[in-house]
Amino acid sequence: MRKIMINARLIACSLFTALAAVSAADAASGEAKAVKHNHWHFAGPFGTFDQNALQRGFQVYETVCSSCHGLELISFRNLGDKGGPFYLPSCPAGIPDSVDCANPNENPVVKAIAANYKFQITDGPDDGGEMFQRPAVPSDRVPGPYANDQIARLANNNALPPDLSLITKARHHGPDYVYSLLSGYEDAPSTVEIAVGQYYNPYFHGDMSQNLKPEYVDEQGHPEDGVEVPLGGVLAMAPPLADGIVEYTDGSPQTVEQYAADVTEFLMWAAEPKMEARKSLGVVALIYLVILAGILYWSYRKIWADAH
Amino acid sequence: MSGHPSTYNPSTGFEKWIDKRLPIIRFGADFMEFPTPKNLNYWWTFGGILTVCLVVQIITGVVLAMHYTPHTDFAFASVEHIMRDVNYGWLMRYVHANGASMFFIAVYIHMFRGLYYGSYKAPREMSWILGVVIFLLMMATAFMGYVLPWGQMSYWGATVITNLFSAIPLVGESIRTLLWGGFSVDNPTLNRFFSLHYLLPFAIFGVVALHIWAFHTSGNNNPSGVEVKDVKKDTLPFHPYFTVKDGFAIVLFFIVFALFVFFNPNALGHADNYIEANPLSTPASIVPEWYFLPFYAILRAITFDIGPISSKLGGVIAMFSSILVLFVLPWLDTSKVRSMRFRPVARLWFFLLVITCLALGWLGGKPAEGVYVMWAQIFTAYYFGFFLIILPLLGIMETPKPMPRSIADAVLKPKSADAAPAGAVPAE
Amino acid sequence: MQNTRAILRRVQRGILLGATFAMTTSDPTHDSEPTRRDFIHIFGTAATAVGAGAVVWPLVHQMNPDASVLALSTKEVDLSSVEVGQAIKVFWQGKPVFIRRRTAVEIEEAEATPMSALKDDNARNANLAGKVDASDNARTSSADGEAKPEWLVLVGVCTHLGCIPLGTSAGENKGDYGGWFCPCHGSHYDTAGRIRKGPAPENLPVPPYEFVSDTVVRIG
Repeated sequence: MRKIMINARLIACSLFTALAAVSAADAASGEAKAVKHNHWHFAGPFGTFDQNALQRGFQVYETVCSSCHGLELISFRNLGDKGGPFYLPSCPAGIPDSVDCANPNENPVVKAIAANYKFQITDGPDDGGEMFQRPAVPSDRVPGPYANDQIARLANNNALPPDLSLITKARHHGPDYVYSLLSGYEDAPSTVEIAVGQYYNPYFHGDMSQNLKPEYVDEQGHPEDGVEVPLGGVLAMAPPLADGIVEYTDGSPQTVEQYAADVTEFLMWAAEPKMEARKSLGVVALIYLVILAGILYWSYRKIWADAH
Repeated sequence: MSGHPSTYNPSTGFEKWIDKRLPIIRFGADFMEFPTPKNLNYWWTFGGILTVCLVVQIITGVVLAMHYTPHTDFAFASVEHIMRDVNYGWLMRYVHANGASMFFIAVYIHMFRGLYYGSYKAPREMSWILGVVIFLLMMATAFMGYVLPWGQMSYWGATVITNLFSAIPLVGESIRTLLWGGFSVDNPTLNRFFSLHYLLPFAIFGVVALHIWAFHTSGNNNPSGVEVKDVKKDTLPFHPYFTVKDGFAIVLFFIVFALFVFFNPNALGHADNYIEANPLSTPASIVPEWYFLPFYAILRAITFDIGPISSKLGGVIAMFSSILVLFVLPWLDTSKVRSMRFRPVARLWFFLLVITCLALGWLGGKPAEGVYVMWAQIFTAYYFGFFLIILPLLGIMETPKPMPRSIADAVLKPKSADAAPAGAVPAE
Repeated sequence: MQNTRAILRRVQRGILLGATFAMTTSDPTHDSEPTRRDFIHIFGTAATAVGAGAVVWPLVHQMNPDASVLALSTKEVDLSSVEVGQAIKVFWQGKPVFIRRRTAVEIEEAEATPMSALKDDNARNANLAGKVDASDNARTSSADGEAKPEWLVLVGVCTHLGCIPLGTSAGENKGDYGGWFCPCHGSHYDTAGRIRKGPAPENLPVPPYEFVSDTVVRIG
């Protein structure tokens, strides 16, 4: 009997040691650089969106990103939702009393943004059976740059620019990744060759061993001894941001870092617009549950006091 | 039905009238008075927790179905519509999605509790077998539910799992086509998965009733594994003693649940499922939800042909066998002693099984290559070895520790079984 | 006091395991008065009930119109192409709205009708507070309180059982009073959309609307 016991212990011990060794050897090729961590205003259990950052982020999206990327899950009215970039708790001076600015559908800022947006809504067919263009209203979805995926691919060297509505939830390390990618473009190392229409980014998930110049690769296509495969990958998106390309009116720095952080915050809001409501309800729910647990434990102790 | 003499006494005329025609009040009263072993520990609260999980999933699921569209063109968008436009839709969806994970956490604890304390042994085999049926139904429901948002993981998970059936000789291809209703996972598949995902929880509800009926017939097992000898000394009525204890445990469970739903709702999900399904491009790594990972590891551990059985079919057989073996567990374990408290050797092997399942879960999330496969094979071998070799042999070879004469004794001297000094101070 | 105790126990059970169980008999072993000891159980049950009650609200509220539906609850209509004597039908909140540019004769007819000739003398105008006589002026008043007799805006759903009355498009049966005629059960509405004959009990309701400019009306 003792022997079986010892065996079991032995097996357990050796298994653990072995597993630890396996996980240490887990570093494979094709790695991307570890993402940069930004101090997000929305991080943590009490984090909220910074409305100024959201507004600047929307500006960056509209000026830069929207040329190629859609935002199809967002309607203009969402911009005026509570917690959204252009939410107005009360109307600014000069708006008639009958308008409820807290209602996103009546919010004058949102209406103006929708009406003047760079793309119009394709509506119809009209009475003549034709489709027609009209300015957007708050209830419309934000129109994207391309009518369909085929046109999008044609315009972009056969690469499909993904829709950005959920991008910060659809990538590992979400906002940190988007921020790192946007602000992390750098010149490719001298050991690799980048094709025309491709751009190197150390945060992009790819396999740079495919891009090594011939002199660094042996006959089987493996890197020569001593040649380090650079981190990251190549993608079809040219560095979208440059210092000064978007003009901020609130005096925030007009740098790539700032643009990247602002547009990421905006995209995080776009992906999770109910985050503030979720966290605040969560705090109430947890306080209630902890108190209830205390009461029930007390009740439990009282009931069981005479049980033995 | 509740397995103990009824103590209900209808006091008013109305209650008497009802009792003669449909004794539902008597049923409820007897359920509340059910004599329950007084030594049940907190591991026993997971039965109640699971019932609550099922109710939460059904309620939030019915709500979600009011807003969801089971069509490949609209499914993904309708889920986002729920998240963005529907009043409290985000709450319903996050509770439902995380609720599935909570349900599986609870069911795994519940199953290991049954294993440790020998709850599957006579006369409770039926309750155990019904439990395994519930577990199978849960897996089917969870799998089909995960397909509904029609994200990349939904689509490719469905593709991989339905392709498993093609491994069955002769009829495999036909079964796969039947499941799909087409030539790949597509709109007909999504529609039938939605229909079945809505149906199966009610089937689970029915089997849960049978599961409870079964152990109310035999009486609860308990941590000592000793049967109730004296109802007065050994048991307490279910209400209020166990309603309050279960209630307290349920609230603690809800605290963990709430931490996920409100503060980390996507922690247990996969980022790729926020990308709409694309039949032309497979994500870099396809992994099922965490609660299927141990079985996924077993599936991928069979990388070799066994005689005429191809590795593909072998993997499928191994995966299904890992659950089917639980059906015959009551007859594989030959020991006369229920609780592993009194089985010093079996207990060690049991803990090794727990480690094995955790390790298989970890390996299931790793790429199926190199050392990972070897370790998955070793752990898979142990998993089956535990049920098919170790348990049958231990029943013959192991010398159990002395057991308490009754539950009341076990409560009064809780340490006596664990070789504590004689005359240990009673717990309370 | 014994009763109170029994009732409390029953309530406690009921909340814990459904109303069915609430009617079970009280436990005969506990026949003392409620003490401070019991307070915590009552408190625990009540606190659980409060939580359960709070959960009900999201479950009910999710069935109310969602944000995308509410966003469509107002609609702006351009009337510049509607000629005198014509009417158009627009879709608002899942229902048709009739907008009729009435001729002078139609307006005159509607104005000349005495209240006593009406089956329903309530204006049924969402832009006017309280009960107002169904004069033609009251039927054509918009949200700013001003009446534009040329324009008549109505929710085009028969007040009888919800069919869509005829009379908006050219060539349709306008009924005996030159307004609308519901083919389902034969209700006749006049040129101000008031019920004159047939089973419908009320005038066609006037939705909330406002002229944003001379030719654009906002409904809702």
